[in-house]
Parts: sequence; C-alpha cells; structure tokens
Amino acid sequence: MIIDGTESSLRAYLKTLPPVDEVGAHARAAMLATRSIKTTSKSWAIDMAISMVDLTTLEGADTPGKIGTLCAKAVRPDAMDATVPSVGAVCVYNDMVKIARTKLDAIGGTSIPVAAVATAFPSGRASFAVKAQDTKDAIDAGAAEIDMVIDRGAFLSGRYGEVFEEISQIREICGDKAHLKVILETGELVTLDNVRKASYLAMLAGADFIKTSTGKISPAATSPVVLVMLEAVRDYYSLTKTRIGVKPAGGIRNTKDAIKQLVLVNEVAGPKWLTPKLFRIGASALLNDLLLQRMKMRDGFYAGPSYVTLD
Amino acid sequence: MERIYVLKTYKLFIGGAFPRSESGRVYAVKDFKGKHLANTCQASRKDLRDAVVSARSAFPGWSGATAYNRGQILYRMAEILEGRTDQFIAEISALEGANPKAAALQVEESIDLLIWYAGWSDKISALDGSTNSVSGPFYNFTIPEPIGVVAVFAAAKPSLLNLVGAMASVITSGNTAVMVASEKFPLPAISFAECMATSDLPAGVVNILTGVSSELAPWAASHMDIDAIDAAGLSPKVLKEAQIAGVGNLKRIKTPPNIKSPKRILDFMESKTVWHPIGI
Repeated sequence: MIIDGTESSLRAYLKTLPPVDEVGAHARAAMLATRSIKTTSKSWAIDMAISMVDLTTLEGADTPGKIGTLCAKAVRPDAMDATVPSVGAVCVYNDMVKIARTKLDAIGGTSIPVAAVATAFPSGRASFAVKAQDTKDAIDAGAAEIDMVIDRGAFLSGRYGEVFEEISQIREICGDKAHLKVILETGELVTLDNVRKASYLAMLAGADFIKTSTGKISPAATSPVVLVMLEAVRDYYSLTKTRIGVKPAGGIRNTKDAIKQLVLVNEVAGPKWLTPKLFRIGASALLNDLLLQRMKMRDGFYAGPSYVTLD
Repeated sequence: MERIYVLKTYKLFIGGAFPRSESGRVYAVKDFKGKHLANTCQASRKDLRDAVVSARSAFPGWSGATAYNRGQILYRMAEILEGRTDQFIAEISALEGANPKAAALQVEESIDLLIWYAGWSDKISALDGSTNSVSGPFYNFTIPEPIGVVAVFAAAKPSLLNLVGAMASVITSGNTAVMVASEKFPLPAISFAECMATSDLPAGVVNILTGVSSELAPWAASHMDIDAIDAAGLSPKVLKEAQIAGVGNLKRIKTPPNIKSPKRILDFMESKTVWHPIGI
C-alpha cells in the first residue's frame, strides 16, 4: 500500500513526487516526434492505431442515427476492406449508450465496448449524487467503460482528498462491470507538475486508465503531457506491478500525430503498453485519416476524403 | 564598408503559409546565362499531398463565396502586383533574359489579365448557362459549377503571365488550385505568392509548389482528390503518363491553348442541370 486512504497520507505521498523538468519533457517529446516510421512498420502502426481508437461523438446534436452510423464504422471502419481491424471502443454520452450497445450487438460488434462519459462531463460541475447517478445509468444501459472527469476546481485548490474520494466512489460504482478512465483535463491543470500529481492521484484512487482531456478544451493531448502520463504509469507499475492504461484525447487528427503517440508509448512506457488494453486514442476525425493513409499504402496512390465516410 | 546584400529564401506556398519542402530538398535556379541565381525548394509528393489537403479544405468557402467577392479578390491581387512591378521585372529579366521593356510588358499584361479574369467571375455562368426547352411542365436550366481542386502545371515562358493566367482562370469560377511553377522559372511564382498572401485571398485557395514537374505529375495524376489538371507545363511524354494515371477518378486533364480565353475557365467547370416543376 502506497497510502492508507487518508487525505494526509495522500498529501504526503504526492509531496514526494519529483517535479517535472518542463524543458526536458518538451525536448524529449519533440525529439521522439522526429522518428520516421516507414513501410511495414508504418502499416503495422496504422492498424495498431485503428484498433486503439475510441471512436467518439460527444455533440449536443448527436442523434440515434448518427450513433448508428458511428457504430457501423467502428465495427468495419472501411466498408470496402475487411482486413481493417475494428476500433477499440465507441465513446458516447450517457443517453446514447443503450442505442450504441444495441446497434453494435446487432451488426457483429459484440466485442467492441461502449464507453460513456460520466460525472457531469465535461465540466464535472454537479453534486456527487448526480455524478453517481450519471455513472449508474450508463452502466445499467450497457457501458463497459466509464470516462469520468475530475473536479479540477478542487484539485487546483489543493483539495486532493475530495478528488480522491470522488474517484474512489465512482470506482466502487463501476465495480467489475466497467473499466474506469479518469479524465484529468490537462489543459486546465496548467503545469506538468500538476499532470504528474493528478495522474498518481487517479491511479491511487483506482483508475484503470488515465485520460488527458475531454476534447472540449484546448490545449488537449499535447506530447509532453502524454509523456509525463506515460512516465507515471511506468513508474506506478514498478511500484505496484499493476499496469494502468493511458488515453490521450483531443487534438490527434492525423496519422502522423497518432504514430507519434505510438512512438512515445514504446519509448516511455515500453512495448507492453502497445495494446488497445493499455493505450487508447480518443478521436473522431483521426480514423478517416488513418484509413486514407492505409489506402495509400495499399494502392500506391493518394486517396481523397470522398472515399471515406462522412462523420 | 560595403553592404552585404540580403538574399531571399524562396519557399513554397501552402495553406496561406510559406513552408520549406518537408523533404528538405532545394535546387539551384540559374539565370538565362547559366549563372546561379538562387536556391528554391524542390517539393516532394508529400508537399503536394499537403497542398491538396489545404486546397480541398478551402474549396467549400471559396466556391461558396459570391462571384462578386471572388472577382474583388482577384482585382485586389492586381492592385498588389502593380505596386511590386519592379521586383518582377528584375526576376523576369534575370531568368528569361528578356530586356527590361519586354519584362515590364509581361508584368503589365499579367496585371491586365488578372483584371480580365476578375471580371469573368460573375459573368461566366451567363455565358455558358442556359434555360433548356423540355417536353414537360418544367423549368430546366443548366449552370456551370467549379469542378473542385485543380492541379496546374504552369507553362514556362512567359513565366509570370502563364502562371497568373492559369491561376486566375482556375479560381475565378470557385475552384481551388495546387500550382506547380515552371521548373526553370520558379522565382516569379513564389514572389507572386507573396502578392496573393496579402490580397485577402483565403488560405489554401491557391497553393504554389516549386520543383520538378515530371516528378510531381504522376502523383498529381493518380491523386483521387484532384479533380482536374491543367497540364500546360508537362512534356508530351509526362502528359501521356498523367493521362493514364488519371483514369482512376476520371480526372479531367486539359492543356488549354490560350492564356486569355473564357473557354479556359470552362475547361475546369462542370455543368449542372436542374429540373423544377412549373407552378410550384
């Protein structure tokens, strides 16, 4: 046990974390971004990235029809090519979970989990009773993954105990029915020191995944942030022998960005993390670019956006 | 003390910005006597791809703008070009070996050609559109619409006139363009990009690459997101290869003979016919 569950022990532990070398983190992330991935490695990386995508729609204008087409795309991303793997999960709002689950089951996507954003996503500004009910609803509707947001206001004011308590209670509600992803919203945490602290806090409170952002705030999943989070899960593994996943979300729009993320994973956390079980990419537009690049590798000429589905 | 002349870095023009080639390649541009004049970027197929992406994303906005607005922006380009005449005269004289008078004439013609194509923006549909008699109670009319993203391989001499004419004829109707400047005379093209960047032209509507046409042409021809090619600057051999590679998306590949002709605008437009019931 790293901490005994009390706020004072948590506070004491977070204090022991070494500060992040911001300049070093930026430099290392930039250096790793210059890696050139070509030919067979690139093909492998594209397919791996596709299988790691949490295909997401989180719009006020979402409709059952849109969720339906998203699910169809999740199962068979390229309608013309059955060799393209299915995506990692479908990520929707609470009220769309049942629709997504039913649709996926009906079209052969039983193995694709539905992830629901919960706890008053994206701001997290609601009473705990509402957040708990939000989570329960989603699980009852068939969500196998819960993407919760932390209370950034509490975290930034230093009320770590409150944040910890909330995550642990949502963890309890999830039980063994749902995976818990904790969204740190790194764009609001400002410093990399805070990102490191929040990562440990979430992992200690029982997160299965730590996720960078909601996608509603910019900057979102920048490389230095992902680097710090990957270091956190790596170090946490050496402390506890538990592997926690990482999910960057927001701002990863093209294949190049996605492959950069995979390079980061491989170099920082290690190849053990190169699996959809431990690394996901929250995205919507990214999938089309991955498919276009895949077509280019397959056909030898550039495809255009009119050859993939509209989202 | 003698002053050191500040040399200009000639870069590409993609999405409203001036990046270097992603490949890092450059090639030497020689003046008409074969003396080294400048280095310029040698665009790669990935630069071409990036240019197509920005041209495609600029298309809805540009084709959706009013014809009047497009004309105004072309007119604005002419204004900017007029103010920079001297620079172009110097570049054209050095590259093409034209005497200053001939070079000045070419710049003037280019400016006038911009005005001429600016005027066509809101008139071309009246020239080519029609109402058609049909055997039923319908209004039936045909209007020309922009074809989409057009790749232009600009012809060599006169380099500025060819580039400006090809560009204006393609974008006046609402197309967006990926232009590959003449391999031997790329400098006026990049200087002209600076005019476009300051003419209220939305980013991505015109993108200019410099490099080896025969290297880029096959990639442009097989690119499924390029709808048409103005192949004026391609050699017969490369043109034939491009025509073969272009069948994938039934690409329209044209070599319009005249730099100043409304026919040239129509070469890169498609006809849309609409049926509308009478009395409703």
